[in-house]
Amino acid sequence: MSEAILLDGCSAPASAASAEVSARDARPVLRERGQREVFCGLTGIIWLHRKMQDAFFLVVGSRTCAHLLQSAAGVMIFAEPRFATAIMEERDLAGMVDAQDELDRVVNRLLERRPDIKTLFLVGSCPSEVIKLDLAKAAQRLGAVHMPRVRILNYSGSGIETTFTQGEDACLAALVPVMPALPAGAPKELLIVGSLPDIVEDQFLRLFAQMGIDKVGCLPARNARDLPAVGPNTRYLLAQPFLGETAMALEGRGAQRLDALFPFGAEGTTSWLRAAASEFGVDDALFESVIGPGRERARLALAKLRTQLEGKRISFLPDSQLEIPLARFLQDELGMEMVEIGTPYLHRAHLARELERFGPQVRLSEGQHVERQLDRVREDRPDITVCGLGLANPLEMEGLTTKWAIELVFSPIHGFEQAADLAELFARPLRRRDMLEV
Amino acid sequence: MQLAVWTYEGPPHVGAMRVATAMEKLHYVLHAPQGDTYADLLFTMIERRGKRPPVTYTTFEARDLGKDTAQIFQDAAREAVTRFDPQAIIVGASCTAELIQDDPAGLAEAMGLPVPAIPLELPSYQRKENWGAAETFYQIVRTLADKSLVREPREGRPARANILGPTALGFRHRDDLVEIRKILDALGVEVNLVAPLGATPQDITRIGAADFNIVLYPEIADEAARWLERTFAQPAVRTVPIGVGATRSFIADVAELAGADPTPALGDTSSRMPWWSRSVDSTYLTGKRVFIFGDATHAVAAARIAREELGFEVCGLGCYNREFAREIRKAAAECGVEPLITDDHLAVEDAIAAACPELVLGTQMERHIAKRLGLPCAVISAPVHVQDFPARHSPQMGFEGANVIFDTWVHPLVMGLEEHLLTMFREDFEFADEHGPSHLAAHSPRATARPVMEPEVAAAPAMTAADAAASDMPSPAGDETHPAAQDATLAWSDEAQRELKKIPFFVRGKARRNTEAYAAAEGLARIELETLYDAKAHYAR
Repeated sequence: MSEAILLDGCSAPASAASAEVSARDARPVLRERGQREVFCGLTGIIWLHRKMQDAFFLVVGSRTCAHLLQSAAGVMIFAEPRFATAIMEERDLAGMVDAQDELDRVVNRLLERRPDIKTLFLVGSCPSEVIKLDLAKAAQRLGAVHMPRVRILNYSGSGIETTFTQGEDACLAALVPVMPALPAGAPKELLIVGSLPDIVEDQFLRLFAQMGIDKVGCLPARNARDLPAVGPNTRYLLAQPFLGETAMALEGRGAQRLDALFPFGAEGTTSWLRAAASEFGVDDALFESVIGPGRERARLALAKLRTQLEGKRISFLPDSQLEIPLARFLQDELGMEMVEIGTPYLHRAHLARELERFGPQVRLSEGQHVERQLDRVREDRPDITVCGLGLANPLEMEGLTTKWAIELVFSPIHGFEQAADLAELFARPLRRRDMLEV
Repeated sequence: MQLAVWTYEGPPHVGAMRVATAMEKLHYVLHAPQGDTYADLLFTMIERRGKRPPVTYTTFEARDLGKDTAQIFQDAAREAVTRFDPQAIIVGASCTAELIQDDPAGLAEAMGLPVPAIPLELPSYQRKENWGAAETFYQIVRTLADKSLVREPREGRPARANILGPTALGFRHRDDLVEIRKILDALGVEVNLVAPLGATPQDITRIGAADFNIVLYPEIADEAARWLERTFAQPAVRTVPIGVGATRSFIADVAELAGADPTPALGDTSSRMPWWSRSVDSTYLTGKRVFIFGDATHAVAAARIAREELGFEVCGLGCYNREFAREIRKAAAECGVEPLITDDHLAVEDAIAAACPELVLGTQMERHIAKRLGLPCAVISAPVHVQDFPARHSPQMGFEGANVIFDTWVHPLVMGLEEHLLTMFREDFEFADEHGPSHLAAHSPRATARPVMEPEVAAAPAMTAADAAASDMPSPAGDETHPAAQDATLAWSDEAQRELKKIPFFVRGKARRNTEAYAAAEGLARIELETLYDAKAHYAR
């Protein structure tokens, strides 16, 4: 850890921290290291298990992991969820029992009791990674026993390796090798990558169908055993900005990424759809006629919210990697002013088109030193701060209006029809602040 | 490995956080990987605190492993002391840091910090949250208490007591404390110290100045109280004042140790519960079968209230914290039921289904079990959700606590007059069985509530912890009030079946179970109308 971080941790002005700003990149980014107030990748299970209805997520971890899932899942935990934790105990660690044998026992029992499971993910955690429990080997061994009924895969959602939405990235990357092969001579196919609420996914599929693009696959598929094919003629669109590993795995199988803005707001969604339309040779008039009505609806709905949000200053604390595309949407389509955009991890290539939109006055930060970042928030006093639930109420108590970030991951926010809902998520706390008289 | 979906308790370092967050000017430096900060939101969201818990996490990542995690710990500790200026810090490791063996205690000691650094050994793979809280509080007291302190002579001054046990994220701790202070005021007892809630490390140094201790929550304070007993010869009041009877005993115990007259405290006129319970509308409460589960302290207290103060019959009693299993066993023996000591919620669900209670008293988890089984329920113990950290004054302890408990427990039941009407006019459509208590949306029209739950529940045969008795798990999607009833292999005649349906839903499960048990005992293969009434007569009280 550098001296700079230790010395002026209390109220480092942005200029003092600029020593850390990396010179090699085109755009300066404040890189910080210290306490990170973020979720680990296990949290991804909460939405992934809703998306892939035939899959079960078995975390191999500690009581802390089980407690985290329970805290994050809220009441969902009671509806026979398709996830659980194999809690490691003293005897697993002391070598009194073979951890692999124990895992076999737990998995066999689970599969006996839940015959509806078609795909089982063994999800690594910090404790299992630290003791180097080989879950890949376990998945292979158990898969050999249970195939074809159950496919067993593994990925890591540990906090030491993944931050929040990166858990989805790791999960999807684990699915890529088992996707069927699209032969080299096959016609071009489109693949939407990143889990979307069903309603949003259906909207996009309808639009593509109207444009005449009918071979469209989704990763993840609603059934994990029903994966789309992938090959050199696959063109994929990232629906989410946190899918670096998955993109790499897809490239490894020959697929090519279509560069676009992420589909937030009227503009982002248009850019995203246009990238596919151009690649698949959809003619401009047809494209306009297909997306026109949706885009108009989005613009109309956003115009109403613009009056509430225009000129308002906003800071993002790092959480999901959605921060940059969301900031672009709020700035370009609603006239908000960005103060700081923090992200846990910045994928420059995937976000290149988003990053171009920000002026030099916008502070970009990657990673986190939470105390110093909060000092900056207190100094900046933005109208609204996007942050996690551990920070939201304490900041409100200090008189700062907040928007809790996790809701952005759980709500339908992509596409034309959701553009205003997305803006409303930011407008509501501000309106409420003005409304309350006590 | 233990397969778990739901845990009653978090890991022990969450217990330590509860103590640290309760206190002032104490900081916790926790060696933990990125992600463990999730625990902050228990305090900021569930308890709705307007301040971050005073915890600095080292949040090491994979790339840090094997080289500088120890350095990261020391940097974090130094920075925390500089920034937050605490009077003392506690240092420890979470489950993952325990595996990488950085030894926070040794590292903190080597740093020569300007404040005491209290090391915590919290074995994450053996112990749980409550134990972690108790151990943390004990270590803080043991390290900080000024052992040279000599108590002033008793003559010419009021008696002094320490109130031990309230923490952050404690079920009703905030309001219980108000009630206990009221009682001590009435007895003329001075409060030397409340801890951990609201205490600073400096306050803790003079813990020995009290004449005696009040152990409000044994799960958290007993370990420390036993040490104080040995070190400062401070006796402890261990009666937990939940319920009218227990509150009276508590007042008597405190008065005795304080050498005070208990009369003013006992004469508290705010106690309405005894009259409410005697009033005729409560007659129907007599013999209601109640299943109780929670932490041992609250469960034992609830059992006493249920039997002695409300006239219920306790048909099941258990706790999830093994450390206090002895207390549960004793109370269960008094109630004549088998104690249930388990942290497996599926075992609790089985036990509740088998006992066919008319009311469930438990934690958040039992609330959901009861909802699934269509049973009335009230919450008596942590773990709880946000609604059980209410804005209003809502103690469990003392006479006001008893008032609160009466309302809370009786509310989910059908009121006496209403029950009478339901039975009298059950053929009328307004009083159809599907209508639960008119004042509770959650229990009324069950016909509409069911379809929402069923797809989830029916799609997935209950998954259980490794050691649960797998084969006789009842299906959670019961057709009737009690899923256990489904297991019946006995055939019911149409006539008997129709008659059974005429019995109000809230006692139908019991009637079915009793009839089947009776028929089985009598060796009957088929249940006729007569069998139903024979059984009714057999089980008549």
